[in-house]
Amino acid sequence: MNISLLLQMAADAGAERTGLVCDGRRWTYGELLRAAQGAAATISATGRSHIALLDESSEAAPIALFGAALAGIPYVPLNYRLADADLAALLERIAPACIIGDVERVERLNPEAGHDCARREDFVASAEVSAATASGEEQEGEGIAVQIFTSGTTAAPKAAILRHSNLLGYILGTVEFCAAAEDDAQLVCVPPYHIAGISALLSSIYAMRRIVMLPAFDPDKWLELVAAERVTNAFVVPTMLARIIERIDAGATADLSSLQAIAYGGGRMPMELIERALHLFPNTNFTNAYGLTETSSTIALLGPQEHRQAHSSDDPSIRARLGSVGQPLPTVEIEIRDEDGQVLPTGQRGEVYVRGEQVSGEYRGRSALDADGWFPTRDAGWMDDGGYLFLTGRADDVIVRGGENISPGEIEDVLMAHPSVAEAVAVGVPSTEWGEAVGIAIVVRPGHETPGEEELRKLIRDRLRSSRVPEQIAVLGELPYNEMGKLLRRQVRELFNNN
Amino acid sequence: MKPGTRLKSTVCDTEVMVIRGTDGAVECGGAPMAEERPAAAGVLSPDFSEGSQMGKRYVDEGGAVELLCVKPGKGSLAVDGVALRTKDAKALPSSD
Repeated sequence: MNISLLLQMAADAGAERTGLVCDGRRWTYGELLRAAQGAAATISATGRSHIALLDESSEAAPIALFGAALAGIPYVPLNYRLADADLAALLERIAPACIIGDVERVERLNPEAGHDCARREDFVASAEVSAATASGEEQEGEGIAVQIFTSGTTAAPKAAILRHSNLLGYILGTVEFCAAAEDDAQLVCVPPYHIAGISALLSSIYAMRRIVMLPAFDPDKWLELVAAERVTNAFVVPTMLARIIERIDAGATADLSSLQAIAYGGGRMPMELIERALHLFPNTNFTNAYGLTETSSTIALLGPQEHRQAHSSDDPSIRARLGSVGQPLPTVEIEIRDEDGQVLPTGQRGEVYVRGEQVSGEYRGRSALDADGWFPTRDAGWMDDGGYLFLTGRADDVIVRGGENISPGEIEDVLMAHPSVAEAVAVGVPSTEWGEAVGIAIVVRPGHETPGEEELRKLIRDRLRSSRVPEQIAVLGELPYNEMGKLLRRQVRELFNNN
Repeated sequence: MKPGTRLKSTVCDTEVMVIRGTDGAVECGGAPMAEERPAAAGVLSPDFSEGSQMGKRYVDEGGAVELLCVKPGKGSLAVDGVALRTKDAKALPSSD
């Protein structure tokens, strides 16, 4: 199996159809396939073991992704936002590689590793030249299509591996070939090193939905591109949606009438934000997608009708589903288990486990799957009686106070119900009496008075129980997030540790 | 038949990729499929001439066999003489 099949089929069905628009250049599926074949020939000739991209999104991303697939070596998109020392460590781990993008940085950080570097435009130009003589044959290699370093918010980055069989399982199981209308266009603005950046390319190409690439997210450019390219579909992370809505509120105008569907994921969506978006875009279909790098992207989704139903329902349990990540895909199984691996009944909090063809659960040198193929996601959550999955945080974020497990999510939900609290996070803080105790940090809503510590403690004591009452309370101007909108709990914990 | 194997019709343009394997004979247009196309095409059986559709997945009754049509043709797909049917999956909203 080889993911290059997806591009080959698109090129067979519509060689002259536009498949990608980036920086004013339009690429047909035929041109993309030929460039990928050319890139494969170039890559194979270097004899390198990986092909890495250290760059913003551009046509080089799909050309390298499919070129690597044809050449039978892993494609490794690297996070160009990493600090020098962190990036240097990753470059060392994939040496010697073909690296596309920031040549100067690679030569400065990892000069002796034998990397074969090319600037984006040189890589693309050389792929197009080599295309004329390339065989177009696919190499099997180790069967690994993509290697993504996890963000490492809790530990050193892990090299997650996605095999051709995982990615093909995901695409063939969720996307109908050539389902898009000729005018459909998908705006891709997530960075290329994120799993959503990879799955956006694969899904769009197989559905034959024209990719409109925004090299790096900017809300004004996003609005401009939607209007200019008559974009029909887009994927955003919650922080991007917040910034787009901010611009609209500030008076930015753009013709968004073409926008049929917005999918979002990659981090917790604040209830207020999605409600605002549903109100602001009454004719747009919203889909919430939950997935992980190790699962080849989406494993559960909350569809457009469910969004509107929940938004307009008076039933609190239906309304609450707007805060869920929806139901598992028909092609995967999801279970909630306790610490001993026992399956928990409906409504109980535990760890989310998932199984399916698209689930790799594999890192360089080891697999995290259990004997029956289940992957422990380390995400904590529960399911309601309709099979809707609610996430409550990372399993590693559980606070253990005197042997009692406390999920930060339950405390945060209570705090968020306070009218003056805009954002809230609960973490474990060192406690001489309990080993670990609860610490909370809140951000106060603009124009509101800061609630007193006793008031917050009473709120939690009344709604939960005394073990949940925070020992330490901090009021912050903002909470720390990474660029994908992921809350950096480790930084909040460090804040308490340093006090 | 190993997943990932590409098979070509010997009587029409159809080409498939094996998603789930089978020990049985994969046929198209009434004739066994092969990894290489023969020099001269065979004759399409009128009993297996409803055609194959690009991008459709074809399965047997038990779901043990699954083929993806990667090139369409005039022949229809079968395993050991039993016609395969298209797998109809629930359409999902785009989540990428």
